[in-house]
Amino acid sequence: MSFTIPLGQWVESFVNFLMDNFTWLFDFISLVVGWLATSLESLLMGLPAWIMIAVIVLLSFWRLGWRYALVFLGTLLLLVGMEMWDATMSTLALVLASTVASLVVAIPMGIWMAKSDTVEGIVRPILDFMQTMPPFVYLIPAAMFFGLGKVPGAVATITFCAPPAVRLTNLGIRQVPKELREAGMAFGCTGMQLLRKVEIPIAMPSIMAGINQNIMMALSMVVIASMIGAGGLGNVVLSGIQRMDIGLGFEGGLGVVILAIILDRLTQSFGQGQGPSLMTRLKNLFGSS
Amino acid sequence: MEEQNAKVVVKDLYKIFGPNPERAYELIEQGKTKDEVLEETGLTIGVQKASFDVYEGEIFVVMGLSGSGKSTLVRMLNRLIEPTSGNVYLEGKDIAKMSKEELIDIRRKKMSMVFQSFALMPHMSVLENAGFGLEVAGISGQEKQKRAMSALEQVGLKAYAHSYPQELSGGMQQRVGLARGLAVDPTILLMDEAFSALDPLIRTEMQDELIKLQQESQRTVVFISHDLDEAMRIGDRIAIMEGGRIVQVGTPEGILKNPADEYVRAFFRGVDPTSVLKAGDVVRDNQVTIIRHRGGGPRAALERLMDQDRDFGYVLDADRKFLGVVSVESLRTAIEEAGNDQDQTLQKAFLENVQSVTTDTPMQDILPFITEWDCPVPVVDEKGVYQGAVSKNRFLKTLKREG
Repeated sequence: MSFTIPLGQWVESFVNFLMDNFTWLFDFISLVVGWLATSLESLLMGLPAWIMIAVIVLLSFWRLGWRYALVFLGTLLLLVGMEMWDATMSTLALVLASTVASLVVAIPMGIWMAKSDTVEGIVRPILDFMQTMPPFVYLIPAAMFFGLGKVPGAVATITFCAPPAVRLTNLGIRQVPKELREAGMAFGCTGMQLLRKVEIPIAMPSIMAGINQNIMMALSMVVIASMIGAGGLGNVVLSGIQRMDIGLGFEGGLGVVILAIILDRLTQSFGQGQGPSLMTRLKNLFGSS
Repeated sequence: MEEQNAKVVVKDLYKIFGPNPERAYELIEQGKTKDEVLEETGLTIGVQKASFDVYEGEIFVVMGLSGSGKSTLVRMLNRLIEPTSGNVYLEGKDIAKMSKEELIDIRRKKMSMVFQSFALMPHMSVLENAGFGLEVAGISGQEKQKRAMSALEQVGLKAYAHSYPQELSGGMQQRVGLARGLAVDPTILLMDEAFSALDPLIRTEMQDELIKLQQESQRTVVFISHDLDEAMRIGDRIAIMEGGRIVQVGTPEGILKNPADEYVRAFFRGVDPTSVLKAGDVVRDNQVTIIRHRGGGPRAALERLMDQDRDFGYVLDADRKFLGVVSVESLRTAIEEAGNDQDQTLQKAFLENVQSVTTDTPMQDILPFITEWDCPVPVVDEKGVYQGAVSKNRFLKTLKREG
């Protein structure tokens, strides 16, 4: 017994149909995402390295304390020394742009899911599906619709990194205690007020965890997206592989790790409520020494 | 009750949980119980045919065990739970039929709520929490700050304005909850088991606090409780709920004296009657009274006591106003000391320390006198007119009958 299902052909004709009829949509996405990615990149790469380093070190000093600040200072200087700075900034820009763009969709989607069981019923399996797909697969439609370069890289990243933020926003809002919601209602909150003044603030740690996940996944995807020309640190690693250049590959990989650690620590710290203020930390530091 | 202004009128209020709730009505009419209706239709009765009035300025306690529907009932007053049918009139307007906008307006301006679990916003400071209702209503800046602060002052938490709820003890957190309710200056304050999560000492303290606040400004309070002692302590009137029905509405004394049915009676069996009954409820006018008049002196009084075989005499004036208590012994000493000056000596024979109590003194407060004095405790009305006395025997008998 033998039979064939030409699924591949169907998909191809569907994609062709989309490309013929929805060019305007892809152009629009391309425009917005492209603008976001390139302007962020030119901002980050335009700034002198020492300003960026100062900002990151100060930020980590405020949120995490002087030990982290010191370690981060060292690793950032290492990046400069390896001549990886520009590639790192390019990757960072793409990560940030993709994260921002995906959160714009993911957080409202998570809220909608939390408010409606029907929506949750529909979206949850889609998220499951998205999260079981290997990251490489995202590159194919992105490359088909948007060609090669930063824009398809960003689009693939945006799609790939959205699910955890959607899930955790949904979870956070569903976990708001019933009494707090009741209290909000009893004092005359409108639906919007309830969301703004009660639900989102209380769900914040969960939403922040979602954002953290989102950023980490964006980073891993941006590295992979170098295969369709997204550039940055991923490109360094890719060249290392192609040229069998162990040193270069190692340097690129180390750059990714450093960036990952810094992003992870910093975004996690924002999820864990208020630490002491920057001024207090500075005072403590200089007061004690 | 004297003529009173009904602030809230609840009429035939029903809450039936489940699809097609109409199916339950007929069964309820047939007198089926909550469990029977659940078995036949799968519908859960929250509240059935609740009707009552809440008067202006009173503390109206809705009391029942868990599952009796009291929390559902109070949530239908501000429509946190939608009534299945029936009316809730607040100052003549039917809350149950209101549009969403009107309802939000009512919640912001006329009703506020205090929750069992406090339900304070963890991300807001004490001051912000107290001003929550105001903020929601669009009052901001100086005025919000001022009103929230004055509400905190009323509950004695001004000093903690900039703390966060989780830094406070349970009792203090509920004070913040109370301040949040008071800050919007509501016509009606709904309190859902507001003190139940607190330990007994703090609970009593909060009850006193509520009564004190109530004396300062008469608010209309609907208070939900499962604690009978609490209901008795703070309630001007009590509604007792069982299985979604309101079994009885009345003053604590009225309910205690004439329980509507076995359920209510059983409920009250655990109560300490001395906390509810007043001197006027148990007083008996069967003591020897001596009317002071010009001709009567200690000798005549002594003669009368001997004649009646009593140890104590209650001296009244011509208007039956209470003057004092004399005993056989005190009269004898007075006669020996005084010689011929008769009028003065009756006064001198009065037992020291013994005073009258008024009819509205709780029996709890009479207890020390009962144990301390040998004579029954004299009781007068608010004009000082003698009503009778409460003897040791009578006191003990009351305890036994009610307990």
